[in-house]
Amino acid sequence: MKICFGIQTRNSQRRSSLTDLCVFCLICLFCGVSSQAQAPSQAPAVYAITHAKIFTLAGETIDDGTVVIRDSRIAAVGAQVTVPQGAQVIDAKGLQVYPGLFDSVTQMGLREIGAVSATVDTTETGSFNPDAVASTAVSPSSEHIPVTRAAGITEVLAVPASGGFDSGGSQGILGGQASAIQLAGWTIEDMLLKKSAAMVLNWPKFETRMLDRTTFTRNEKPFSEAKQEYEKNVNELTDWFERARHYSQAMEKSTTANFNRDVKLEALAPVIRGELPLLVFAERAREIRNAVEFCEGQKVRMILAGGAEAYKVKDLLRSKSVPVILLPPLTLPLDEDDPYDRLLAQPAELAAADVKFAFASFDNSFSRRLGQNAANAVAHGLPYEEALRAVTLYPAQIFGLADQVGTLEEGKIANLIVTNGDPLELTTDVRYLFIRGQLTSTNNKQQALYEKYSKRPKPAN
Amino acid sequence: MRNAPSFLKKLQHWQVLCFLSLICFLCLTSVATANPPDAPPVILIQNATILTVSHGTIANGSILIRDGKIAEVGSSIKAPKDAQVIDAAGQFVIPGIIDCHSHIAVDGSVNEGSVSVSSMANIADVLNPDDIDIYRDLAGGVTVANVLHGSANAIGGQTMVIKLRWGQPAAKLPFEGAVPGIKFALGENPKRTNFRIPAQTPRYPATRMGVEETIRAAFTEARDYKKTWDAYIKRSDAGEKNLIPPRRDLRLDPLVEVLEGKRYVHAHCYREDEILMLLRVAKEFGFKVRTLQHVLEGYKVADEIAASGAGASTFSDWWAYKVEAYDAIPYNAALMTRRGVIVSVNSDDAEEATHLNQEAAKSMKFGGLTHDEALKLVTLNPAIQLGIDKRVGSIDAGKDADLVIYNRDPLSAYAVVQKTLIDGRVYFDRERDIAGRADREKEKKELLEKEKKAAEKKPEEKKPDATVTIGQKPGEKKSEEKKPEEKPKPPTENETQDKPLESFRVVVRGGAQ
Repeated sequence: MKICFGIQTRNSQRRSSLTDLCVFCLICLFCGVSSQAQAPSQAPAVYAITHAKIFTLAGETIDDGTVVIRDSRIAAVGAQVTVPQGAQVIDAKGLQVYPGLFDSVTQMGLREIGAVSATVDTTETGSFNPDAVASTAVSPSSEHIPVTRAAGITEVLAVPASGGFDSGGSQGILGGQASAIQLAGWTIEDMLLKKSAAMVLNWPKFETRMLDRTTFTRNEKPFSEAKQEYEKNVNELTDWFERARHYSQAMEKSTTANFNRDVKLEALAPVIRGELPLLVFAERAREIRNAVEFCEGQKVRMILAGGAEAYKVKDLLRSKSVPVILLPPLTLPLDEDDPYDRLLAQPAELAAADVKFAFASFDNSFSRRLGQNAANAVAHGLPYEEALRAVTLYPAQIFGLADQVGTLEEGKIANLIVTNGDPLELTTDVRYLFIRGQLTSTNNKQQALYEKYSKRPKPAN
Repeated sequence: MRNAPSFLKKLQHWQVLCFLSLICFLCLTSVATANPPDAPPVILIQNATILTVSHGTIANGSILIRDGKIAEVGSSIKAPKDAQVIDAAGQFVIPGIIDCHSHIAVDGSVNEGSVSVSSMANIADVLNPDDIDIYRDLAGGVTVANVLHGSANAIGGQTMVIKLRWGQPAAKLPFEGAVPGIKFALGENPKRTNFRIPAQTPRYPATRMGVEETIRAAFTEARDYKKTWDAYIKRSDAGEKNLIPPRRDLRLDPLVEVLEGKRYVHAHCYREDEILMLLRVAKEFGFKVRTLQHVLEGYKVADEIAASGAGASTFSDWWAYKVEAYDAIPYNAALMTRRGVIVSVNSDDAEEATHLNQEAAKSMKFGGLTHDEALKLVTLNPAIQLGIDKRVGSIDAGKDADLVIYNRDPLSAYAVVQKTLIDGRVYFDRERDIAGRADREKEKKELLEKEKKAAEKKPEEKKPDATVTIGQKPGEKKSEEKKPEEKPKPPTENETQDKPLESFRVVVRGGAQ
């Protein structure tokens, strides 16, 4: 039996770049629900979440609807979806369904305990490591994964050389390839969304004051010296790109051309070909401008990460269609004379200027503050719907994963959360969580410790 | 360089800009300074939802403020003739937030880390009233901060409680009558686990055994020192002549005050075993631990903490930045509360302090505290821990008029502080702040322009390196030197290794001005 239903969607997106993806005047979703469907012999592969308020982020919100999950995918979403026979039904009356949240910069699985170097695999030595791939070193058993998952986060970008609060900042120049992963799986293969989602470029720093982390002393450098070093780094970076371009050309003629293989240049080739975006970490307006100019000159696609002063170059970012992975808005301003709410107000300002952005924690243990940070931006003027998209749909779009995740639509991977309220609010609970269509536990180390010690008997004395 | 005149020109331009922007920061800091009137006005806040913390919520209530104190709280108070009326319709008022672990308003490093007992060092000597973080935290609703020495030593420096009276001189910051404190620290920081510098001999102690012995040794000395003084005073009081007083020891004096209960111990700690260790040592020497700070494994020994009478001041949800923080759980505040411990949630960080209301709210989700219990974590409970609850911590007649007005329920990520009052004066006003921005921006531009012109007049003059010469503040009224790049402080000797310093990361990534 086939059921046909329609969802009216309205193009409520703010961004013109979104329209390509999101303009549907009327969608008819056909869902093939077969009454003879065989129940799988193991765990139920078909779930139906019923009577839920469904925030699809792909159209209007459904007040009382059903989501059907079959195997790893969303099989149907709508107000009049029939529950397939044999499906495990979750009555979600009074609850809300959202796409799982997406944290766009983390060191998930790459760093367990910041202070213990044996547990840290975030950053290679040397300045140019385009061939380092995050997913290689992501530990599927990291305790951070279930803890983060409990906050409703189902996907993250694991980003090499991207810092984190206890790492002393981002390091190196070409830091390696960021991997998009889902926060559940026995192996990294289960978890991977995209092995190589972006190439990390820590835009060379213009530093006159540096902290030497081996002696914990602050070294000062004359301006001229800092400038020289900066220019040397940019030249070196440019040189890498030129060599990679020539290498890429040679590769294309590899049947005829005689050339020595080079794994680092080979790793850069997809960037040169425009297939892999550069995730460029830069904070100051000057650095951002230089990075945009560089990427334009090299004809490579740029995603800005950090962007504490993105508001100063918002017109440039819009005109060059550079999306931004924003620092957490709760971060204090860079300069003393900045308004106290400089970074809190920035998302609203960027949204008004049609600059596309996503939120991110830039960390591991603070990944669960993703929603909190987005909500704080709403408190300072960002439209709520934009905040929600900036932790779901927009990251998916920015990293080329919008056909897989980011909204609740038929055919997408069933990464979704069922909550008792607004997923950005501090006190909201995630009641059910699905990753790749599997009902996934929100239990974690911290909850287990809580339960254990809640039961501790009173000491005898 | 002579061969590259354009490069040189560019270089100078960069230098000049850098130099000017530094000067500009200095000037603007003083511009942003609030200038509260001399006499506290009579203020009536009305039509507000008042979360008193001590006696429930008053819907549509009023607070009358006179002489810096809360004169009256209720549902129908008429405005006195000369009162300024703040209409807080639809808004929420809570007692000022008290941050029981702060390092703001400190000039330079918070650690005298060269020795394992640095009790002679005193935060009071380095209070910096111009620290912009005072204003930022004020804008986050914080009115009182327990300003602590760092955690590099088993026994650290002396600490003090301040009010965030932005714009007032250093002498006006201390919370009048608050009992001074001293910082203790256990575990990885005092044993320097994560701070070893290659080619330097490790400092004693290097183990938790040594941390205990460092504290025991210091208090053994202090006890003997006290005996010597007690004996001297006794004989002197008895009229004995020609006595030679014992030699003063500035390191032991504060420890004697601890033994006499005149100075509070605020002890940085993480693991359950070291928490119990300190409680045993305190019992042995007959002093009390006033607060256990961080105390991330406090939930494992909550009954013992409750029995000792120590307060617990913890983080909302920090974890995994070091081994001793790996068993940290966001349920810590709630679980300890349920076991009878007085618990507060603190910041340890200027940024975290700007949203302590939100951090407190998390304990409703993690561990199921009630709305009132959660709010107490950042108001009444830290007031009790710091011994200032007769003055602050709740909205009651007779208490200091330290109040925060939010646009909605403060235990939400969507709440924004509208006004912060200390002693009945509005020290932060969001509207006023926003309204003043255009003028400050204009003034900054004018100053930059002026400096630019001055620089253009003497193009031949060689400019000093901007990083070396920060220069004097033109027209600067403050006497203390303030380096704009001082924050964020290096994470070395500070507890910053101990905490997420978002801004540090930003600056590292952001590079020079």
